[in-house]
Amino acid sequence: MTCLPARTEKKLGLVIDLDTCVGCQACVTACKEWNTGGHMAPLTDIDPYGGHVDGVWFNRVHSYEHTTELGGRTVNFPRSCLHCEQPACVTVCPTGASYKRASDGIVLVDEDKCIGCKLCSWACPYGARELDTDVGVMKKCTLCVDRIYNDNLAEEDRVPACVAACPTSARHFGDLGDPASAISQLVEERGGVALMPELGYQPTNRYLPPRARSQRAAKVDAPALEPIRAEGGFLGWIDRMLSN
Amino acid sequence: MHPAFSVVFFTTATGAGYGLLALLGLLGGFGVIPADFWLGLVGMGLALGLIAAGLLSSAGHLGRPERAWRAFSQWRSSWLSREGVASVATFIPAGLFGIGWVFLGKSSGGVAAAGLLTAAGAVMTICTTGMIYASLKPIAQWHSRYTLPAYLIFAAMTGSVLANALLQGFKLGSTAMPIWALLATLAGWGWKLATWRYNDRLEIPTTANTATGLAGGTVRSIEWPHTEENYLLKEMGFRIARKHSAKLRRITQALAFAVPSILLAAVFFLPWPLGAVASVLAAVAQLTGMLVERWLFFAEAKHTVTLYYGRE
Repeated sequence: MTCLPARTEKKLGLVIDLDTCVGCQACVTACKEWNTGGHMAPLTDIDPYGGHVDGVWFNRVHSYEHTTELGGRTVNFPRSCLHCEQPACVTVCPTGASYKRASDGIVLVDEDKCIGCKLCSWACPYGARELDTDVGVMKKCTLCVDRIYNDNLAEEDRVPACVAACPTSARHFGDLGDPASAISQLVEERGGVALMPELGYQPTNRYLPPRARSQRAAKVDAPALEPIRAEGGFLGWIDRMLSN
Repeated sequence: MHPAFSVVFFTTATGAGYGLLALLGLLGGFGVIPADFWLGLVGMGLALGLIAAGLLSSAGHLGRPERAWRAFSQWRSSWLSREGVASVATFIPAGLFGIGWVFLGKSSGGVAAAGLLTAAGAVMTICTTGMIYASLKPIAQWHSRYTLPAYLIFAAMTGSVLANALLQGFKLGSTAMPIWALLATLAGWGWKLATWRYNDRLEIPTTANTATGLAGGTVRSIEWPHTEENYLLKEMGFRIARKHSAKLRRITQALAFAVPSILLAAVFFLPWPLGAVASVLAAVAQLTGMLVERWLFFAEAKHTVTLYYGRE
Protein backbone atom coordinates (compact mmCIF):
# COMPACT_ATOMS: atom_id res chain seq x y z
CA MET A 1 0.00 0.00 0.00
CA THR A 2 1.21 3.48 -0.81
CA CYS A 3 -0.72 4.99 2.09
CA LEU A 4 1.77 5.95 4.78
CA PRO A 5 1.96 4.29 8.20
CA ALA A 6 0.54 6.58 10.92
CA ARG A 7 3.77 6.10 12.84
CA THR A 8 6.83 3.90 12.57
CA GLU A 9 8.36 1.93 15.44
CA LYS A 10 11.81 3.25 14.58
CA LYS A 11 13.06 6.06 12.38
CA LEU A 12 16.26 4.63 10.99
CA GLY A 13 18.35 7.12 9.09
CA LEU A 14 21.68 8.78 8.54
CA VAL A 15 23.34 11.82 10.04
CA ILE A 16 25.95 13.41 7.82
CA ASP A 17 28.59 15.72 9.23
CA LEU A 18 29.34 18.46 6.72
CA ASP A 19 32.18 19.64 8.98
CA THR A 20 34.27 16.51 8.58
CA CYS A 21 33.24 15.25 5.13
CA VAL A 22 36.29 15.57 2.90
CA GLY A 23 34.52 14.67 -0.34
CA CYS A 24 36.66 11.55 -0.94
CA GLN A 25 33.75 9.67 -2.61
CA ALA A 26 34.49 6.50 -0.59
CA CYS A 27 30.81 6.33 0.49
CA VAL A 28 29.75 6.66 -3.14
CA THR A 29 31.85 3.75 -4.36
CA ALA A 30 31.13 1.59 -1.30
CA CYS A 31 27.39 2.15 -1.87
CA LYS A 32 27.66 1.23 -5.54
CA GLU A 33 29.78 -1.82 -4.79
CA TRP A 34 27.40 -3.22 -2.16
CA ASN A 35 24.12 -2.34 -3.82
CA THR A 36 24.96 -3.48 -7.32
CA GLY A 37 24.77 -6.97 -5.79
CA GLY A 38 22.21 -6.12 -3.09
CA HIS A 39 18.47 -5.66 -2.59
CA MET A 40 17.97 -3.32 -5.60
CA ALA A 41 20.61 -4.96 -7.83
CA PRO A 42 21.87 -4.27 -10.38
CA LEU A 43 22.84 -0.59 -10.37
CA THR A 44 23.19 -0.53 -14.11
CA ASP A 45 25.92 1.47 -15.83
CA ILE A 46 25.12 2.59 -19.35
CA ASP A 47 28.06 3.00 -21.73
CA PRO A 48 30.55 2.92 -18.83
CA TYR A 49 33.66 3.27 -21.00
CA GLY A 50 32.12 5.48 -23.68
CA GLY A 51 31.61 9.18 -24.19
CA HIS A 52 28.17 9.40 -22.55
CA VAL A 53 28.55 7.56 -19.27
CA ASP A 54 25.33 7.18 -17.29
CA GLY A 55 24.12 4.89 -14.56
CA VAL A 56 22.29 4.46 -11.29
CA TRP A 57 23.84 5.67 -8.03
CA PHE A 58 22.10 5.98 -4.66
CA ASN A 59 24.57 8.44 -3.22
CA ARG A 60 26.24 11.38 -4.90
CA VAL A 61 28.67 13.89 -3.38
CA HIS A 62 28.45 17.52 -4.47
CA SER A 63 30.89 20.29 -3.62
CA TYR A 64 29.78 23.82 -2.80
CA GLU A 65 31.39 27.10 -1.92
CA HIS A 66 29.51 28.61 1.02
CA THR A 67 30.27 32.31 1.34
CA THR A 68 29.09 34.39 4.28
CA GLU A 69 30.29 37.66 5.81
CA LEU A 70 32.80 35.57 7.79
CA GLY A 71 34.45 34.34 4.60
CA GLY A 72 34.16 31.40 2.22
CA ARG A 73 34.59 27.68 2.74
CA THR A 74 34.27 24.54 0.64
CA VAL A 75 31.54 22.17 1.78
CA ASN A 76 31.34 18.61 0.47
CA PHE A 77 27.76 17.47 0.43
CA PRO A 78 26.67 13.82 0.13
CA ARG A 79 23.13 13.54 -1.22
CA SER A 80 20.99 10.39 -0.87
CA CYS A 81 17.48 9.32 0.18
CA LEU A 82 16.41 11.00 3.44
CA HIS A 83 13.73 8.36 4.26
CA CYS A 84 11.17 11.10 4.88
CA GLU A 85 8.27 10.79 7.29
CA GLN A 86 6.00 12.30 4.63
CA PRO A 87 7.47 10.78 1.45
CA ALA A 88 5.34 12.00 -1.46
CA CYS A 89 7.34 9.57 -3.64
CA VAL A 90 5.39 6.78 -1.90
CA THR A 91 1.90 8.30 -1.99
CA VAL A 92 2.11 9.23 -5.70
CA CYS A 93 3.03 5.66 -6.69
CA PRO A 94 0.09 4.22 -8.66
CA THR A 95 1.07 0.56 -8.33
CA GLY A 96 2.05 0.05 -4.69
CA ALA A 97 5.69 -0.55 -5.67
CA SER A 98 6.86 2.23 -3.35
CA TYR A 99 6.29 1.81 0.34
CA LYS A 100 7.43 3.02 3.75
CA ARG A 101 8.02 0.30 6.32
CA ALA A 102 6.04 0.64 9.54
CA SER A 103 8.79 -1.17 11.48
CA ASP A 104 11.78 1.09 10.81
CA GLY A 105 10.60 3.85 8.45
CA ILE A 106 12.80 2.78 5.53
CA VAL A 107 11.39 3.78 2.11
CA LEU A 108 11.74 0.98 -0.44
CA VAL A 109 10.71 0.05 -3.98
CA ASP A 110 9.35 -3.37 -4.89
CA GLU A 111 10.99 -3.75 -8.30
CA ASP A 112 8.50 -6.42 -9.38
CA LYS A 113 5.59 -3.99 -9.10
CA CYS A 114 7.25 -0.85 -10.50
CA ILE A 115 6.01 0.22 -13.96
CA GLY A 116 8.69 2.91 -14.43
CA CYS A 117 6.26 5.85 -14.69
CA LYS A 118 8.88 8.16 -13.12
CA LEU A 119 6.27 10.06 -11.08
CA CYS A 120 8.00 9.25 -7.76
CA SER A 121 11.22 10.84 -9.02
CA TRP A 122 9.24 13.98 -9.89
CA ALA A 123 7.68 13.98 -6.41
CA CYS A 124 11.07 13.76 -4.63
CA PRO A 125 12.55 17.24 -4.09
CA TYR A 126 15.96 15.78 -3.23
CA GLY A 127 16.68 13.78 -6.38
CA ALA A 128 17.00 10.56 -4.40
CA ARG A 129 15.43 8.30 -7.02
CA GLU A 130 17.00 7.33 -10.31
CA LEU A 131 15.43 5.32 -13.11
CA ASP A 132 17.34 2.27 -14.29
CA THR A 133 16.69 2.72 -18.02
CA ASP A 134 18.05 -0.76 -18.73
CA VAL A 135 15.57 -2.58 -16.47
CA GLY A 136 12.81 0.06 -16.76
CA VAL A 137 12.21 0.43 -13.02
CA MET A 138 12.97 3.07 -10.39
CA LYS A 139 15.81 2.52 -7.92
CA LYS A 140 16.78 4.17 -4.67
CA CYS A 141 18.77 3.92 -1.44
CA THR A 142 17.62 1.00 0.74
CA LEU A 143 19.58 2.16 3.80
CA CYS A 144 21.37 -1.15 3.14
CA VAL A 145 18.39 -3.08 4.47
CA ASP A 146 20.32 -6.22 3.48
CA ARG A 147 23.27 -5.29 5.74
CA ILE A 148 21.74 -3.72 8.85
CA TYR A 149 19.71 -6.85 9.77
CA ASN A 150 22.19 -9.34 8.30
CA ASP A 151 23.14 -12.01 10.86
CA ASN A 152 25.87 -13.28 8.55
CA LEU A 153 27.84 -10.10 9.11
CA ALA A 154 29.83 -9.23 12.21
CA GLU A 155 27.79 -6.92 14.44
CA GLU A 156 30.00 -3.89 13.80
CA ASP A 157 29.43 -4.33 10.05
CA ARG A 158 25.64 -4.16 10.36
CA VAL A 159 25.56 -0.53 9.20
CA PRO A 160 24.98 0.90 5.71
CA ALA A 161 27.96 0.45 3.37
CA CYS A 162 28.45 4.22 3.11
CA VAL A 163 28.75 4.53 6.90
CA ALA A 164 31.19 1.61 7.12
CA ALA A 165 33.37 3.11 4.37
CA CYS A 166 33.65 6.71 5.61
CA PRO A 167 37.30 7.35 6.60
CA THR A 168 36.50 10.48 8.64
CA SER A 169 33.41 9.13 10.43
CA ALA A 170 31.33 11.86 8.82
CA ARG A 171 28.43 9.44 8.40
CA HIS A 172 26.40 8.09 11.31
CA PHE A 173 23.58 5.54 11.34
CA GLY A 174 20.91 4.94 13.97
CA ASP A 175 17.36 5.46 15.23
CA LEU A 176 16.43 9.13 14.95
CA GLY A 177 13.04 8.38 16.51
CA ASP A 178 14.67 7.55 19.85
CA PRO A 179 15.78 10.77 21.58
CA ALA A 180 18.19 8.77 23.77
CA SER A 181 20.09 7.20 20.85
CA ALA A 182 23.68 8.33 20.23
CA ILE A 183 22.74 9.62 16.79
CA SER A 184 19.82 11.73 18.14
CA GLN A 185 22.09 13.19 20.79
CA LEU A 186 24.65 14.04 18.14
CA VAL A 187 21.98 15.91 16.20
CA GLU A 188 20.92 17.70 19.39
CA GLU A 189 24.48 18.64 20.32
CA ARG A 190 25.52 19.85 16.85
CA GLY A 191 22.25 21.48 15.80
CA GLY A 192 21.56 19.06 12.94
CA VAL A 193 19.21 20.35 10.24
CA ALA A 194 16.63 18.87 7.87
CA LEU A 195 16.87 19.73 4.16
CA MET A 196 14.12 21.85 2.55
CA PRO A 197 11.94 21.77 5.68
CA GLU A 198 9.56 24.25 4.03
CA LEU A 199 8.28 21.55 1.66
CA GLY A 200 6.92 19.49 4.56
CA TYR A 201 8.43 16.10 3.66
CA GLN A 202 9.88 15.80 7.19
CA PRO A 203 13.12 14.06 6.25
CA THR A 204 14.51 11.57 8.78
CA ASN A 205 18.16 12.16 7.86
CA ARG A 206 19.93 15.17 9.36
CA TYR A 207 22.94 17.19 8.25
CA LEU A 208 25.35 18.64 10.80
CA PRO A 209 26.39 22.12 9.64
CA PRO A 210 30.11 22.98 9.52
CA ARG A 211 31.40 24.12 12.93
CA ALA A 212 31.97 27.81 13.60
CA ARG A 213 35.46 29.05 12.75
CA SER A 214 37.93 28.48 15.57
CA GLN A 215 39.20 31.55 17.45
CA ARG A 216 42.52 29.73 17.93
CA ALA A 217 43.34 29.83 14.24
CA ALA A 218 46.42 31.83 13.18
CA LYS A 219 45.82 35.37 12.01
CA VAL A 220 46.73 35.62 8.38
CA ASP A 221 46.85 39.45 8.32
CA ALA A 222 50.48 40.66 8.77
CA PRO A 223 50.92 44.00 10.60
CA ALA A 224 51.47 46.94 8.27
CA LEU A 225 55.10 48.00 7.65
CA GLU A 226 56.26 51.17 9.45
CA PRO A 227 58.94 53.65 8.29
CA ILE A 228 62.30 53.13 10.03
CA ARG A 229 63.31 55.90 12.43
CA ALA A 230 66.43 57.71 11.22
CA GLU A 231 69.46 56.42 13.15
CA GLY A 232 71.93 58.85 14.70
CA GLY A 233 75.66 58.43 15.46
CA PHE A 234 78.21 56.41 13.45
CA LEU A 235 75.69 53.96 11.94
CA GLY A 236 73.49 56.89 10.94
CA TRP A 237 76.44 58.58 9.20
CA ILE A 238 77.18 55.34 7.26
CA ASP A 239 73.51 55.03 6.33
CA ARG A 240 73.44 58.60 5.02
CA MET A 241 76.70 58.17 3.12
CA LEU A 242 75.58 54.93 1.49
CA SER A 243 72.17 56.40 0.60
CA ASN A 244 73.77 59.19 -1.43
CA MET B 1 11.11 19.27 -16.60
CA HIS B 2 11.80 17.21 -19.69
CA PRO B 3 8.85 17.52 -22.10
CA ALA B 4 8.45 13.88 -23.19
CA PHE B 5 6.34 13.90 -26.36
CA SER B 6 4.27 10.92 -25.17
CA VAL B 7 3.09 12.87 -22.10
CA VAL B 8 2.63 16.16 -24.00
CA PHE B 9 0.45 14.35 -26.56
CA PHE B 10 -1.35 12.33 -23.87
CA THR B 11 -2.51 15.31 -21.80
CA THR B 12 -3.48 17.37 -24.86
CA ALA B 13 -5.36 14.55 -26.62
CA THR B 14 -7.22 13.23 -23.58
CA GLY B 15 -8.09 16.80 -22.51
CA ALA B 16 -9.73 17.46 -25.90
CA GLY B 17 -11.27 13.97 -25.99
CA TYR B 18 -12.86 14.19 -22.52
CA GLY B 19 -13.99 17.77 -23.21
CA LEU B 20 -15.77 16.64 -26.37
CA LEU B 21 -17.14 13.53 -24.65
CA ALA B 22 -18.60 15.59 -21.79
CA LEU B 23 -20.28 18.00 -24.22
CA LEU B 24 -21.72 15.17 -26.34
CA GLY B 25 -22.96 13.42 -23.19
CA LEU B 26 -24.75 16.53 -21.94
CA LEU B 27 -25.97 18.03 -25.24
CA GLY B 28 -26.78 14.67 -26.84
CA GLY B 29 -28.26 13.08 -23.74
CA PHE B 30 -30.69 15.93 -23.23
CA GLY B 31 -31.58 16.25 -26.92
CA VAL B 32 -29.93 19.64 -27.53
CA ILE B 33 -28.01 17.96 -30.33
CA PRO B 34 -30.48 15.74 -32.17
CA ALA B 35 -29.59 12.02 -32.33
CA ASP B 36 -28.04 11.49 -35.75
CA PHE B 37 -26.22 8.26 -36.63
CA TRP B 38 -23.29 9.69 -38.61
CA LEU B 39 -22.81 12.75 -36.41
CA GLY B 40 -22.91 10.54 -33.33
CA LEU B 41 -20.59 7.95 -34.80
CA VAL B 42 -17.97 10.50 -35.91
CA GLY B 43 -18.32 12.54 -32.70
CA MET B 44 -18.09 9.62 -30.27
CA GLY B 45 -15.42 8.02 -32.45
CA LEU B 46 -13.34 11.21 -32.34
CA ALA B 47 -13.76 11.68 -28.58
CA LEU B 48 -13.05 8.06 -27.64
CA GLY B 49 -10.32 7.84 -30.30
CA LEU B 50 -8.48 10.85 -28.84
CA ILE B 51 -8.81 9.40 -25.32
CA ALA B 52 -7.65 5.92 -26.35
CA ALA B 53 -4.72 7.31 -28.37
CA GLY B 54 -3.71 9.47 -25.40
CA LEU B 55 -3.91 6.60 -22.93
CA LEU B 56 -1.88 4.32 -25.22
CA SER B 57 0.70 7.09 -25.65
CA SER B 58 1.00 7.49 -21.87
CA ALA B 59 1.51 3.72 -21.51
CA GLY B 60 4.35 4.03 -24.03
CA HIS B 61 6.08 6.41 -21.61
CA LEU B 62 6.38 3.64 -19.00
CA GLY B 63 9.55 1.67 -18.32
CA ARG B 64 7.52 -1.55 -17.97
CA PRO B 65 4.26 -1.06 -19.95
CA GLU B 66 3.26 -4.73 -19.55
CA ARG B 67 2.64 -4.05 -15.84
CA ALA B 68 0.39 -1.01 -16.48
CA TRP B 69 -2.63 -2.85 -15.02
CA ARG B 70 -1.07 -2.49 -11.58
CA ALA B 71 -1.63 1.27 -11.77
CA PHE B 72 -5.35 0.82 -10.95
CA SER B 73 -4.61 -0.38 -7.43
CA GLN B 74 -3.46 2.63 -5.37
CA TRP B 75 -6.39 5.03 -5.85
CA ARG B 76 -6.48 5.71 -2.11
CA SER B 77 -3.29 7.79 -2.24
CA SER B 78 -2.18 8.34 -5.82
CA TRP B 79 -3.68 10.83 -8.29
CA LEU B 80 -2.10 8.88 -11.15
CA SER B 81 -3.90 5.73 -10.03
CA ARG B 82 -7.16 7.69 -9.64
CA GLU B 83 -6.69 8.99 -13.18
CA GLY B 84 -6.34 5.44 -14.43
CA VAL B 85 -9.47 4.26 -12.59
CA ALA B 86 -11.55 7.31 -13.62
CA SER B 87 -10.47 7.13 -17.26
CA VAL B 88 -11.38 3.46 -17.62
CA ALA B 89 -14.57 3.78 -15.54
CA THR B 90 -15.79 6.58 -17.83
CA PHE B 91 -15.79 4.14 -20.76
CA ILE B 92 -18.74 2.27 -19.15
CA PRO B 93 -21.36 5.07 -19.21
CA ALA B 94 -19.78 6.40 -22.43
CA GLY B 95 -20.33 3.01 -24.09
CA LEU B 96 -23.95 2.82 -22.89
CA PHE B 97 -24.56 6.42 -23.97
CA GLY B 98 -22.99 5.70 -27.37
CA ILE B 99 -25.24 2.66 -27.92
CA GLY B 100 -28.38 4.58 -26.93
CA TRP B 101 -27.63 7.85 -28.69
CA VAL B 102 -25.79 6.70 -31.81
CA PHE B 103 -27.18 3.24 -32.57
CA LEU B 104 -30.69 3.46 -31.11
CA GLY B 105 -31.10 7.19 -31.88
CA LYS B 106 -32.54 8.00 -28.47
CA SER B 107 -32.31 11.01 -26.17
CA SER B 108 -33.64 11.55 -22.63
CA GLY B 109 -34.47 8.84 -20.09
CA GLY B 110 -31.75 6.24 -19.63
CA VAL B 111 -29.64 7.76 -22.43
CA ALA B 112 -29.75 11.14 -20.68
CA ALA B 113 -28.66 9.49 -17.42
CA ALA B 114 -25.80 7.72 -19.21
CA GLY B 115 -24.84 11.01 -20.89
CA LEU B 116 -24.81 12.79 -17.55
CA LEU B 117 -22.65 10.06 -15.99
CA THR B 118 -20.32 10.21 -19.01
CA ALA B 119 -19.89 13.96 -18.54
CA ALA B 120 -19.31 13.51 -14.79
CA GLY B 121 -16.70 10.81 -15.47
CA ALA B 122 -14.95 12.99 -18.04
CA VAL B 123 -14.77 15.96 -15.64
CA MET B 124 -13.47 13.72 -12.85
CA THR B 125 -10.80 12.24 -15.10
CA ILE B 126 -9.60 15.72 -16.13
CA CYS B 127 -9.50 16.76 -12.46
CA THR B 128 -7.32 13.75 -11.61
CA THR B 129 -4.94 14.58 -14.48
CA GLY B 130 -4.65 18.18 -13.26
CA MET B 131 -4.06 17.05 -9.69
CA ILE B 132 -1.15 14.79 -10.70
CA TYR B 133 0.74 17.97 -11.59
CA ALA B 134 -0.82 20.33 -9.02
CA SER B 135 0.15 18.00 -6.15
CA LEU B 136 3.89 17.97 -6.92
CA LYS B 137 5.50 20.30 -4.37
CA PRO B 138 9.04 20.22 -5.82
CA ILE B 139 7.78 21.98 -8.97
CA ALA B 140 6.51 25.41 -7.92
CA GLN B 141 5.11 26.29 -11.36
CA TRP B 142 2.81 23.24 -11.15
CA HIS B 143 2.07 23.28 -7.43
CA SER B 144 -0.14 26.36 -7.79
CA ARG B 145 -3.81 27.24 -7.80
CA TYR B 146 -3.60 27.81 -11.56
CA THR B 147 -2.91 24.21 -12.57
CA LEU B 148 -6.18 22.36 -11.88
CA PRO B 149 -8.47 25.07 -13.38
CA ALA B 150 -6.14 25.21 -16.40
CA TYR B 151 -6.72 21.53 -17.17
CA LEU B 152 -10.49 21.96 -16.81
CA ILE B 153 -10.65 25.18 -18.85
CA PHE B 154 -8.44 23.82 -21.65
CA ALA B 155 -10.46 20.58 -21.85
CA ALA B 156 -13.71 22.56 -22.07
CA MET B 157 -12.12 24.87 -24.63
CA THR B 158 -10.67 22.24 -26.98
CA GLY B 159 -13.76 20.04 -26.54
CA SER B 160 -16.06 22.95 -27.47
CA VAL B 161 -14.02 23.93 -30.53
CA LEU B 162 -14.07 20.28 -31.68
CA ALA B 163 -17.84 20.00 -31.02
CA ASN B 164 -18.41 23.18 -33.04
CA ALA B 165 -16.33 21.83 -35.94
CA LEU B 166 -18.33 18.61 -35.80
CA LEU B 167 -21.73 20.34 -35.80
CA GLN B 168 -20.69 22.77 -38.55
CA GLY B 169 -19.34 19.87 -40.60
CA PHE B 170 -22.70 18.12 -40.39
CA LYS B 171 -24.51 21.36 -41.27
CA LEU B 172 -26.12 21.39 -37.83
CA GLY B 173 -24.42 24.58 -36.69
CA SER B 174 -26.35 26.83 -34.37
CA THR B 175 -25.23 30.31 -33.32
CA ALA B 176 -24.90 29.18 -29.72
CA MET B 177 -22.09 26.67 -30.31
CA PRO B 178 -19.56 29.00 -32.00
CA ILE B 179 -20.31 31.67 -29.38
CA TRP B 180 -19.66 29.17 -26.60
CA ALA B 181 -16.47 27.90 -28.31
CA LEU B 182 -15.26 31.49 -28.80
CA LEU B 183 -15.94 32.38 -25.15
CA ALA B 184 -14.16 29.23 -23.98
CA THR B 185 -11.16 30.08 -26.17
CA LEU B 186 -11.01 33.62 -24.76
CA ALA B 187 -11.28 32.21 -21.24
CA GLY B 188 -8.42 29.82 -21.98
CA TRP B 189 -6.32 32.67 -23.36
CA GLY B 190 -6.94 34.78 -20.26
CA TRP B 191 -6.13 31.90 -17.93
CA LYS B 192 -2.87 31.11 -19.75
CA LEU B 193 -1.77 34.76 -19.63
CA ALA B 194 -2.60 34.94 -15.91
CA THR B 195 -0.65 31.71 -15.29
CA TRP B 196 2.44 32.96 -17.11
CA ARG B 197 2.25 36.25 -15.24
CA TYR B 198 2.02 34.39 -11.92
CA ASN B 199 4.89 32.02 -12.76
CA ASP B 200 7.16 34.84 -13.97
CA ARG B 201 6.78 36.64 -10.63
CA LEU B 202 7.00 33.52 -8.51
CA GLU B 203 9.25 33.83 -5.48
CA ILE B 204 10.24 30.29 -4.50
CA PRO B 205 11.19 29.88 -0.81
CA THR B 206 13.32 26.81 -1.57
CA THR B 207 16.89 27.87 -2.35
CA ALA B 208 20.35 26.31 -2.52
CA ASN B 209 20.61 27.31 1.17
CA THR B 210 17.59 25.30 2.33
CA ALA B 211 18.50 22.47 -0.08
CA THR B 212 21.92 22.04 1.54
CA GLY B 213 21.07 23.17 5.06
CA LEU B 214 23.84 25.81 4.84
CA ALA B 215 22.31 28.91 6.42
CA GLY B 216 23.05 32.46 5.28
CA GLY B 217 25.25 33.84 2.55
CA THR B 218 25.50 32.21 -0.86
CA VAL B 219 25.87 28.56 -1.81
CA ARG B 220 27.58 28.06 -5.16
CA SER B 221 28.00 24.67 -6.83
CA ILE B 222 31.70 24.23 -7.61
CA GLU B 223 31.75 20.56 -8.56
CA TRP B 224 29.11 18.06 -9.67
CA PRO B 225 29.28 14.45 -8.49
CA HIS B 226 29.53 13.33 -12.12
CA THR B 227 30.87 14.67 -15.38
CA GLU B 228 28.04 13.58 -17.70
CA GLU B 229 24.33 14.27 -17.52
CA ASN B 230 22.59 11.69 -15.33
CA TYR B 231 18.92 10.65 -15.08
CA LEU B 232 18.12 13.58 -12.79
CA LEU B 233 19.51 16.19 -15.17
CA LYS B 234 17.98 14.56 -18.24
CA GLU B 235 14.54 14.25 -16.63
CA MET B 236 14.38 17.24 -14.29
CA GLY B 237 17.14 19.56 -15.45
CA PHE B 238 15.68 20.37 -18.88
CA ARG B 239 16.49 23.93 -19.94
CA ILE B 240 15.36 26.07 -22.80
CA ALA B 241 16.80 29.44 -23.75
CA ARG B 242 14.75 32.38 -22.51
CA LYS B 243 14.36 33.74 -26.05
CA HIS B 244 12.92 30.40 -27.19
CA SER B 245 10.45 30.48 -24.36
CA ALA B 246 9.23 33.94 -25.38
CA LYS B 247 8.88 32.85 -29.01
CA LEU B 248 7.03 29.67 -28.08
CA ARG B 249 4.65 31.66 -25.90
CA ARG B 250 3.84 33.84 -28.91
CA ILE B 251 3.32 30.75 -31.10
CA THR B 252 1.02 29.28 -28.43
CA GLN B 253 -1.02 32.46 -28.26
CA ALA B 254 -1.33 32.69 -32.03
CA LEU B 255 -2.21 29.04 -32.74
CA ALA B 256 -4.19 28.06 -29.63
CA PHE B 257 -6.09 31.28 -28.99
CA ALA B 258 -5.83 34.13 -31.56
CA VAL B 259 -6.31 32.20 -34.83
CA PRO B 260 -9.19 30.04 -33.48
CA SER B 261 -10.88 33.17 -32.05
CA ILE B 262 -10.76 34.94 -35.43
CA LEU B 263 -11.95 31.83 -37.29
CA LEU B 264 -14.80 31.21 -34.82
CA ALA B 265 -15.90 34.84 -35.09
CA ALA B 266 -15.81 34.49 -38.89
CA VAL B 267 -18.20 31.51 -38.70
CA PHE B 268 -21.08 33.95 -38.05
CA PHE B 269 -20.48 35.70 -41.36
CA LEU B 270 -19.67 32.75 -43.60
CA PRO B 271 -22.15 30.59 -45.55
CA TRP B 272 -22.21 26.82 -44.88
CA PRO B 273 -19.27 25.13 -46.50
CA LEU B 274 -16.92 28.01 -45.63
CA GLY B 275 -18.15 28.23 -42.05
CA ALA B 276 -17.52 24.52 -41.62
CA VAL B 277 -14.02 24.87 -43.10
CA ALA B 278 -13.27 27.77 -40.73
CA SER B 279 -14.55 25.69 -37.77
CA VAL B 280 -12.36 22.70 -38.66
CA LEU B 281 -9.33 24.94 -39.21
CA ALA B 282 -9.98 26.54 -35.79
CA ALA B 283 -9.90 23.10 -34.17
CA VAL B 284 -6.72 22.04 -36.01
CA ALA B 285 -4.93 25.31 -35.13
CA GLN B 286 -6.02 25.12 -31.50
CA LEU B 287 -4.92 21.51 -30.97
CA THR B 288 -1.56 22.26 -32.58
CA GLY B 289 -1.19 25.34 -30.39
CA MET B 290 -2.12 23.36 -27.28
CA LEU B 291 0.66 20.87 -28.03
CA VAL B 292 3.09 23.81 -27.94
CA GLU B 293 1.42 25.08 -24.74
CA ARG B 294 1.81 21.69 -23.07
CA TRP B 295 5.43 21.44 -24.24
CA LEU B 296 6.08 24.79 -22.53
CA PHE B 297 4.18 23.65 -19.41
CA PHE B 298 6.88 21.01 -18.97
CA ALA B 299 9.89 22.89 -20.33
CA GLU B 300 9.32 25.98 -18.14
CA ALA B 301 8.73 23.97 -14.95
CA LYS B 302 11.74 23.92 -12.62
CA HIS B 303 12.32 21.06 -10.20
CA THR B 304 14.05 21.69 -6.86
CA VAL B 305 16.69 19.04 -7.62
CA THR B 306 18.27 21.47 -10.10
CA LEU B 307 19.28 23.60 -7.08
CA TYR B 308 21.82 20.90 -6.16
CA TYR B 309 23.40 21.35 -9.58
CA GLY B 310 23.64 25.13 -9.31
CA ARG B 311 20.89 25.72 -11.84
CA GLU B 312 18.78 28.59 -10.58
